[in-house]
Amino acid sequence: MTPEDGVAAIRVENLCLELTGGEPVIDDVSFEVAPGEILGIVGESGSGKTTVALALLGFTRPGVSITGGSIHVGGQTIVGQGAGTPRSLRGKVISYVPQDPGGALNPSLRVGDGILDVLRAHQARTVGEDSVRAALSRVELSHDFRRSYPHQLSGGQQQRVTIAMATVCEPPVAVLDEPTTGLDVLTQEKVLAELLRLRDEERMAMVYVSHDLAVVAKIADRILVMYAGRVLEDGPTDDVIELPRHPYTKALVSAIPDFHNPRALHGITGVAVGVGEWPTGCAFAPRCEHRLNRCEEAVPELLVTAPQHRARCWRWQELTTNGHPAAVVRPSETTVPPMPLLEVSGLEARYRSGRTDRPAVQRVSFAVEQGRCVALVGESGSGKSTIGRCIAGLHVPTAGRILFEGDELAGHARSRPLQIRRRIQIVFQNPFESLNPRHRVGSSIERPLRVLRRLPRSAAEQEVGQLLERVRLPKRLEERFPVELSGGERQRVAIARALAARPDLLICDEVTSALDVSVQAAVLELLQELRRELGLSMLFITHNLGVVACIADSVLVMDRGSICETGPVGTVLSAPSHDYTRRLLEAAPCLRESAVGVGAP
Amino acid sequence: MLAASVLIFTAVQVLPGNAASAVLGRNASPAAVRILSRQMGLDRPASTRYAHWLKGFVHGDLGDSAVAIAQGSNHAPIWHLISGPLKNSAILAAITALVMIPLSVALGTLAAVRAGRPTDHLISLGSLAAVSMPEFVVGSLLVAVFFVGLHLLPPVAIVPPGGDPLSHPKQLVLPVVTLLFASMAAGIRMVRAGTFEVLQTEYVQTARLNGLPERRVIMRYALRNALAPSVQVLAQNLQYLVGGVIVVEAVFAYPGIGSQLVNAVQIRDVTVVQSVAMLIAVVYVLINLVADFIVMLLVPKLREPA
Amino acid sequence: MSGRLRFLRTPSGAVGFGILVLVLLVAVLGPYVAPHSATAPIGAPPFTGPSTSAPLGTDFLGRDVLSRLLSGGRSVIGLAAAATGLAYLMGLAIGLAAGYSRSIVDPLLMRTVDVMLAFPPLLFLLVLIAGAGSSVGVLVLGVAVIQAPGISRIVRTATLEVSERGYVEAAVARGERAVAVITREVLPNISAPVLVDAGLRFTFSILIIASVNFLGLGLQPPSSDWARMIGENRAYISLNILAVIAPAAMIAILTIGVNLVGDAIARSLGRSYVPRGIRSPAA
Repeated sequence: MTPEDGVAAIRVENLCLELTGGEPVIDDVSFEVAPGEILGIVGESGSGKTTVALALLGFTRPGVSITGGSIHVGGQTIVGQGAGTPRSLRGKVISYVPQDPGGALNPSLRVGDGILDVLRAHQARTVGEDSVRAALSRVELSHDFRRSYPHQLSGGQQQRVTIAMATVCEPPVAVLDEPTTGLDVLTQEKVLAELLRLRDEERMAMVYVSHDLAVVAKIADRILVMYAGRVLEDGPTDDVIELPRHPYTKALVSAIPDFHNPRALHGITGVAVGVGEWPTGCAFAPRCEHRLNRCEEAVPELLVTAPQHRARCWRWQELTTNGHPAAVVRPSETTVPPMPLLEVSGLEARYRSGRTDRPAVQRVSFAVEQGRCVALVGESGSGKSTIGRCIAGLHVPTAGRILFEGDELAGHARSRPLQIRRRIQIVFQNPFESLNPRHRVGSSIERPLRVLRRLPRSAAEQEVGQLLERVRLPKRLEERFPVELSGGERQRVAIARALAARPDLLICDEVTSALDVSVQAAVLELLQELRRELGLSMLFITHNLGVVACIADSVLVMDRGSICETGPVGTVLSAPSHDYTRRLLEAAPCLRESAVGVGAP
Repeated sequence: MLAASVLIFTAVQVLPGNAASAVLGRNASPAAVRILSRQMGLDRPASTRYAHWLKGFVHGDLGDSAVAIAQGSNHAPIWHLISGPLKNSAILAAITALVMIPLSVALGTLAAVRAGRPTDHLISLGSLAAVSMPEFVVGSLLVAVFFVGLHLLPPVAIVPPGGDPLSHPKQLVLPVVTLLFASMAAGIRMVRAGTFEVLQTEYVQTARLNGLPERRVIMRYALRNALAPSVQVLAQNLQYLVGGVIVVEAVFAYPGIGSQLVNAVQIRDVTVVQSVAMLIAVVYVLINLVADFIVMLLVPKLREPA
Repeated sequence: MSGRLRFLRTPSGAVGFGILVLVLLVAVLGPYVAPHSATAPIGAPPFTGPSTSAPLGTDFLGRDVLSRLLSGGRSVIGLAAAATGLAYLMGLAIGLAAGYSRSIVDPLLMRTVDVMLAFPPLLFLLVLIAGAGSSVGVLVLGVAVIQAPGISRIVRTATLEVSERGYVEAAVARGERAVAVITREVLPNISAPVLVDAGLRFTFSILIIASVNFLGLGLQPPSSDWARMIGENRAYISLNILAVIAPAAMIAILTIGVNLVGDAIARSLGRSYVPRGIRSPAA
């Protein structure tokens, strides 16, 4: 565990945090980071990763306090015996890069003045312009940017500025909290490259916190996996990804859709435990398919499983196998293409909001054949969601035709015949907003049965139970309100509501992007099964190439309102012909980068 | 602004039918009404009258008092009637504003910075109580204490026509304090809410995590950004003052524009009501414009075209 | 759900609620327990001090202050409640129409609302009274018209936001009628932001109606309204101070009570909006 060159940049020992009420939030976390090393802390929502990140700066959210352990950074004590005032060390010895750069910059301060503020908090008043110039050039921004206000910059530039602020005092250590989560893949790629350069050129040690194992795999030298406030596993990146010791890490790895070598996804059943609900034993035990009685009785110790590699599982030795899940089995692409169910030709639509009125979709044509799944891929603002909304009758196109089984569809859903409204269903992105919080789950599912299938109440009520079973939810959820459900459960209910209409075409608009990866995998699994069982045709809208590889038969790549490439998934992802697709594929983070070469020249 | 003038004109002159009968009361003889109607020009269509009135208003000619005309005088310019009170009201409002603005910003900020602590609870509850009470209740209670109880301050603020209200500063204390009560309380609560919100933002947290001294975080990161919403709040408060003046003047028998207006409403002197209302509305809108301008100076994002 | 009365658990919420119940009881039952007529002199001279037959003394016409006080709450509370209710009806209708249709109606309605908001409320009411005369109808309607723009603006914002949610879009895609979408999907979900400041609006109605009554431009004599009582006896405050202080205290207590409850409710709602960090217990 001791780095070879002796002095660790960060040493955390037995760190514990509790809520004011005494419930543990972080339990006995220890790790070290060497100079010039990037440690990735990975965990799903509620794992405590951000709490640990903030604690490294001696900072806690209101209601949480550090109750034990020590943190040493660059030879200085931040937490523990003899700790100085954390304020004077923040920014100078250890600095912080926040998640949302737009919100983290003072809107009324010029960028240069913001950087200068950090400098002057730690150094003599005389220093100035030169250091600002150096800080900006470190993140490859020209000196002219110092006079800009944050709102004049793009998201990527804003994130560079926060990195410049974090590095202006040249601290030996930086903590990065989901720094690229809000950025699109191409920008994310550039920011990650910037960070790697800082590590190599300045020998900066970094703690990179993220929910996205694929991004962490791309940048980190070592990975630490957190779950319910504890470290479950940590070790060198390749080791953790290729040969995960802990069942949770393993499940996490196999839940991540991989577009280089697509595999059947396996979600993790159940929901992560929240603060105050920790079981006596291993916190992952309730969701673990390998659990023994022993697992539920006592928390396993963090055992050394290999040099530099630890895991918190009693059974790691018997469970560690080197093998990857089976590859995705695609329906063969050589069969005669079936009847097109949906045909879109020359579709154009405008985006209107307040005073903006710009084209959102330009001359888009494609078809979805009976029983196939077509993926619509693009970054935010590419117009992919607008297309879905046009087909669902929520957005009226300005030109072009949408044919369903050869019949042209009216623009507004209201003007379409009942049977069409029934046969086309849509599931939305945000599970927290897709169910009416004031209606019970049962009544939300019942509505389409009554309105679209004209079932009498008793028959409708009966079918609600069957529909819940179909999306693998217990019937008792009928009586619940959406607040009482987790994100994954809500999304299943939303799918059940769509299935209630017995649709032929299901439009899925970013249905998994708000979910944790393990839950995402489970929802994708469900959609695959439904396709097989019900013969559904699907239009799957997403920005995630890995998801596309796992679920779709063919793919349409969208860039600024038009389709730039289209073809079977296998072909497009392995041998893209369009330049934009190629850049997207190169930038997209992926586990096991080396496993299969990117098909680009 | 134009819309406001239409609104006032409609409410006063078009809605109730004949303004002349309103002036003369229910028992007036039809003949008298007819004569006054002609004098007031009511035989002309409403749109012509409106155009005439608005044109006069823009040129500073507010027209004649309808009641005075009805009582037989030939020339009763409204301007003569209201110029003195207007000055008195302006003095009252200005003194109040001078005290109110710095005090409400200071107390509101203090409460936000100390959120959840006793100081905050005290300021928040105190201001909630003050904002709940109408001016005439506050005024009456203050008179009860400081005049009836302590014999310290006079219960009225009477200024002879043409006199200077500042010559008896003691008279102004209670009216000013009464006005302060309600207007400041609202200001404090809104400034607190605005500052509190800014203190929760990520850029304030980031500034702390970058090791900036707390004083600097508050001054440069929190207050600076809370200032813009505060300006809007203060503008609302000034506007509120314009309304509050009407009641407070009545409480203390202070000869200001508010008393004039109440008087005019009582005797249903429609032309006076119309002009005074329009004047007050102009002030109201001016305050808005000035506030918008200041906010634009404070927020860099608003300075450039979208 | 059990959280609906949560505001009572905060001290200020409980105190405010207690005050409110008390004042309402006085206003409703007062006239039945009053010892004397509220509108006729009791035979004593004006401005006598407290006595056994008139515990709060008499007013400028020799009427019993206590009896007037007991029957003077109904008018202001009733008028304010009616005006606030009417304002919410108008505000909901305008706001929903503007927010849901998102057509030409929206900018048109909102410009009108802007004009209304750029106008001193008391002034508006006085102008209206100058024009239309003073009556209960004018008071209620006038106050409602003053309040409606603010409410409609909040309703509109909330409606715009909710209209973009999946459950509303799903209903639209099902082809449900606008009325059904609004009543089933939109209305229940905008009630919280719309009603949070109902307390403030009710207080505002009380304040402005009381102010007009105080100025003698609202309810006409011999009505025994609290605000009128202050206005009538205000000039003779040194003769019987209770004739002014007692109704002033009642109004102050009433409005403070309403606001304490409103504040506590808003706080309790605000807190439940941010379940930060801690997950709701899942199935």
